[in-house]
Amino acid sequence: MQKKIEELKLSFKASLAEATSAEALEALRVEYLGKKGHVSALMQELRFAEDKKTAGQLINTLKTEVEEAISEATEALRKAEIEAKVRGAKKYNPTLRTSEELGSYHPITLAAREVEEVFISMGFTIENYSEIVDDYHCFEALNIPKHHPARDMQDTYYLDNGQLLKTHTSAAQNYIMKKYGAPLRAIFPGRCFRNESIDACHENTFFQLEGMMIDENISISNLIYFMKTMLSEVFKRDVKVRLRPGFFPFVEPGFELDINCAICGGEGCPSCKNSGWLELCPCGMIHPNVLKEGGIDTEKYTGFAFGLGLTRLAMMKYGVKDIRDFNSGSLKALSQFKSN
Amino acid sequence: MFLSMNWIGDFVDLSGLDKKSLIKNFTLSTAEVEDIIEKGRDISGIVVAKILSVENHPESKKLHLLKVDKGDEVVDIVCGAPNVREGMLVALATVGGQVGEITIAPRKLAGYTSYGMCCSESELGISDDHSGLWDIERDMPEGVKLGTDIKEIFDIEDIIFEVDNKSLTNRPDLWSHYGMAREFATLTGRELKSPALLDVEQFKDLSPVAVDVKATDLVWRYSAIKVENITRKYSPVNMRIRLFYCGSRAINFLADLTNYVMMELGQPMHAFDCAKVDKIEVQTFPEGFKFATLDGVERNIDDKMLMITSGNTPVAIAGVMGGDASKIEDDTTSLLLESATFDGVSVRKTTTRLGLRTDASQRYEKMLDPELCRVATERLLALLDQCDKGAEVTSAFTDVYVKKYPTISLDFTKAYVDRYTGIEISNETIVKTLTSLGFKVTVDGDNFSVVVPSWRATKDVTIKADIIEEITRIYGYDNFEIFTSSSPLLPVRKEIIKSDEDRMKDIMVKSHRFHEVHSYIWSDSKKNDELGISTPENVTIINAQTPDHTHIRVSMIPTLLAFVKENKSYSETFGIFEIGHTVEGLRENGECNEKNKLGAVMFSKAMGEEQLFLRMRDIAAELVSDILHKDIEFSSSELYDFCHPVNTFDIKVDGVKVGYIAVPHPTVCENIDKKCAVAFFEIFTEDFAAIKAADVKYAEPSKFPAIDIDMTFTADIGAIAFDKLVAASKTAAGDLLSDVALKDIYTADGSSAVTFRFSFVSNERTLTKQELAPATEAICKALEPQGLVLKV
Repeated sequence: MQKKIEELKLSFKASLAEATSAEALEALRVEYLGKKGHVSALMQELRFAEDKKTAGQLINTLKTEVEEAISEATEALRKAEIEAKVRGAKKYNPTLRTSEELGSYHPITLAAREVEEVFISMGFTIENYSEIVDDYHCFEALNIPKHHPARDMQDTYYLDNGQLLKTHTSAAQNYIMKKYGAPLRAIFPGRCFRNESIDACHENTFFQLEGMMIDENISISNLIYFMKTMLSEVFKRDVKVRLRPGFFPFVEPGFELDINCAICGGEGCPSCKNSGWLELCPCGMIHPNVLKEGGIDTEKYTGFAFGLGLTRLAMMKYGVKDIRDFNSGSLKALSQFKSN
Repeated sequence: MFLSMNWIGDFVDLSGLDKKSLIKNFTLSTAEVEDIIEKGRDISGIVVAKILSVENHPESKKLHLLKVDKGDEVVDIVCGAPNVREGMLVALATVGGQVGEITIAPRKLAGYTSYGMCCSESELGISDDHSGLWDIERDMPEGVKLGTDIKEIFDIEDIIFEVDNKSLTNRPDLWSHYGMAREFATLTGRELKSPALLDVEQFKDLSPVAVDVKATDLVWRYSAIKVENITRKYSPVNMRIRLFYCGSRAINFLADLTNYVMMELGQPMHAFDCAKVDKIEVQTFPEGFKFATLDGVERNIDDKMLMITSGNTPVAIAGVMGGDASKIEDDTTSLLLESATFDGVSVRKTTTRLGLRTDASQRYEKMLDPELCRVATERLLALLDQCDKGAEVTSAFTDVYVKKYPTISLDFTKAYVDRYTGIEISNETIVKTLTSLGFKVTVDGDNFSVVVPSWRATKDVTIKADIIEEITRIYGYDNFEIFTSSSPLLPVRKEIIKSDEDRMKDIMVKSHRFHEVHSYIWSDSKKNDELGISTPENVTIINAQTPDHTHIRVSMIPTLLAFVKENKSYSETFGIFEIGHTVEGLRENGECNEKNKLGAVMFSKAMGEEQLFLRMRDIAAELVSDILHKDIEFSSSELYDFCHPVNTFDIKVDGVKVGYIAVPHPTVCENIDKKCAVAFFEIFTEDFAAIKAADVKYAEPSKFPAIDIDMTFTADIGAIAFDKLVAASKTAAGDLLSDVALKDIYTADGSSAVTFRFSFVSNERTLTKQELAPATEAICKALEPQGLVLKV
């Protein structure tokens, strides 16, 4: 019995040395460890053995040795195969581009979202408003009297049903005041229309972003704070702002807000007409007549409003020189605005 | 508007102050200064000299050889000016001097050396007259020696600044040097001096001018006075220089004088030749007529334009321009002087209709202070008296003061100012600022009462908030401490439509690589024609700049299709979209039925039309399932002429139409490109946002594997309603059927087949194919009536 076991061991080693494929190893495993394999056969013979205990141990040792040897050989073979795969692998070229082009947002969307984000973080709601409005909302409710030059035909597009295309986002002020009452903080981006000739700097269709804050003690000091904070966030720098008196019928006092020119740092350059400042945002304390018209108690509440030129902001932010690119529909121009 | 610092200096002593930084402060406190121009800095070494002799140049017809006495020496000058004469006093640029870009040096001209240059007014920059040398004899004050630098005699050096007219819209008082001087006096804390006046009270016993104001609704005040025996023909040099520096031109003494007073006090004045106009009516005419203004242009006068007439003969358009026939000529010796306040709105309407804006009309439009009429007359008479001693007032100051602006008094408290400003401005500062600006201020503790000066009361300062502006602009916004508000911070939410539109943009851009574009709110009928799209009837713009852009768009798609065509060489396959406003006719109340829509168009030269259509369908379905968590439904539809008559489908959610999907009419598609496929959809974002989004419902995933069974059916593909098939299958198969998916569509030789994958799963056990046999049989039976026959 012992001799037989020894012989089997030797023949296994010889066969193992010849088995160089996974299939051969599997065949070898079946030959020795399978149900009808050599090891099973030995087990069958065990009952005839003299020293069953020793023989049994020897068979078990053989079984373990065979199992281990086959699994070692299998493992070695896999390793060799993977190494061969690595050696024979094709080297890829990451510089070859085949990916599909990304989509793009309109630059106005991107600029609006930046401003909206800042104001949302400061507790402002975002409002939506129509583009076609009536005389009352666009002018009358904003303390723009009947004979004000802003109503002249050359500035406003009038429709045959008596309505008009809104000339400024301020047209939404009355609607929003009536909708929410005081206190109130809201911004409302929107498209505006002015009947004028188009060139690189002028469009008849452009975007503004209006904002209002009304509460019991809103002051000029607050107005400057909110404007400066918003612009610093949008331009990602500590912008300097300055207020100058500006006349708009719906605010009192009214201001023109300038920011220091980023291109020259305030030294003066062609972009800022050598003044070091860029006019960006008319604003002011909401005129008491406008508050009254919106149903707000002027003895109790004050508020500020501003009208940011969103199209102008997008031009400054992205370095767009020709305003006509915005409404051109040209994908060569517009597909560049991917980030958001 | 141009303003002279010298002129302002007549009324406020600004000596010792940096004028340029004063002007910059002016921008921050009053109105935007667009430009600062230094005058007279570029000329030097110009002296008073006398021409002793004039000889013709032997060869040149133009040139003269002069001996000129410049005080310390007689020099040879070669001069080409036509008006040279012996004994003439001229402005001589001496060797080493500067005239603009030219540095004067001895220079040979046609063989003769010239040691200097005799100058014209234009060369010195004090007028645009370059017809000959400046003949300064008549302008020369007595006792000036030859060789005196002309800058010592005349106000050639000045700082001129230009103020943006728009920023003065609400400040009629600032359309004058005197008004500006008041601002500078306030800003610097210096005293404002009054102009010299000639009191007209002394003429009250003379006979009045015949003035009849008929159109009392358009006139606040009309005053007139007659002056005779005027002999002076030209204005003093300094007056001419100021007028020129401020953008006007010297014409003749009387015309210059009225212009000068207008620029100084802001009151337009008109001088009629008394020989032609000796009485005045102010009226409108029921019938239109032609009228020649003093610029020689014939203008059409209509029934709304206010006219000045004399014996019913029109002599001026009130507040705009005088007539040619009655204008001041060089030989005029007597004048009828008008100083009036016309209604601002009426003047503006007249100028708009005439297309004629003048310095006078610009001021009237701003609503002038009627109190100015008399002051301006008295100022003009004082100036006249200084310049022409012989002139004689021959009438009483005739003053038809139709209506006065009411005096405005405003009361406010310190607390009001504090609340508005958010900072502490002392009572002393408030009083000082307002007083300096001409307000009459009374203070009682923290209670203020102010009377608004007449020049601010016509429309500018009428309420308390206006006072805040006066206080704060002078205080300086740069000096404000800034604070965030103390208002409580409350949670905010976007409007649903706004957040839906934002998400739609994200899905279109991020998931489907579309490009967002913007187009106009009007249809472009020219581009529509090119695409074979008819521009639908809709609300129109009545004052559009081009006839192609009159109709407001009904749908987003036509402009997007035009963009697609313009971009067709951009890429083989691309998609564009826009969320914008459209109008679908009028509502019952007559207002536009404005609707927000998402329009999306996809173009491809690589994909087939059906493939493109199905891709667009998937995108639409994704918008609905991502934002609303709901299923999309389709039903055949017919909409616009640019849509394919067969392949246009309404998009519905919960049975409500929220848009449509279509491919273009073949004509439109061919007009875009012969070999392309296009598909598009529109989502009506308000209708979309009105649908309540379903809550996410969580179903515990089964711990047991699902079994997929594929079955292929012959079917008429075009007639299948997939959603109905799914519903029918689920009813037939029961709860174990968890999902039905479309695997494949096969079409050949007129017959077509479709493969569905049915997924079954149980929460209790692992299913076997055998036990599902009854379920699949039931499905087949249920689908047969829908035209699907199991392929064996």
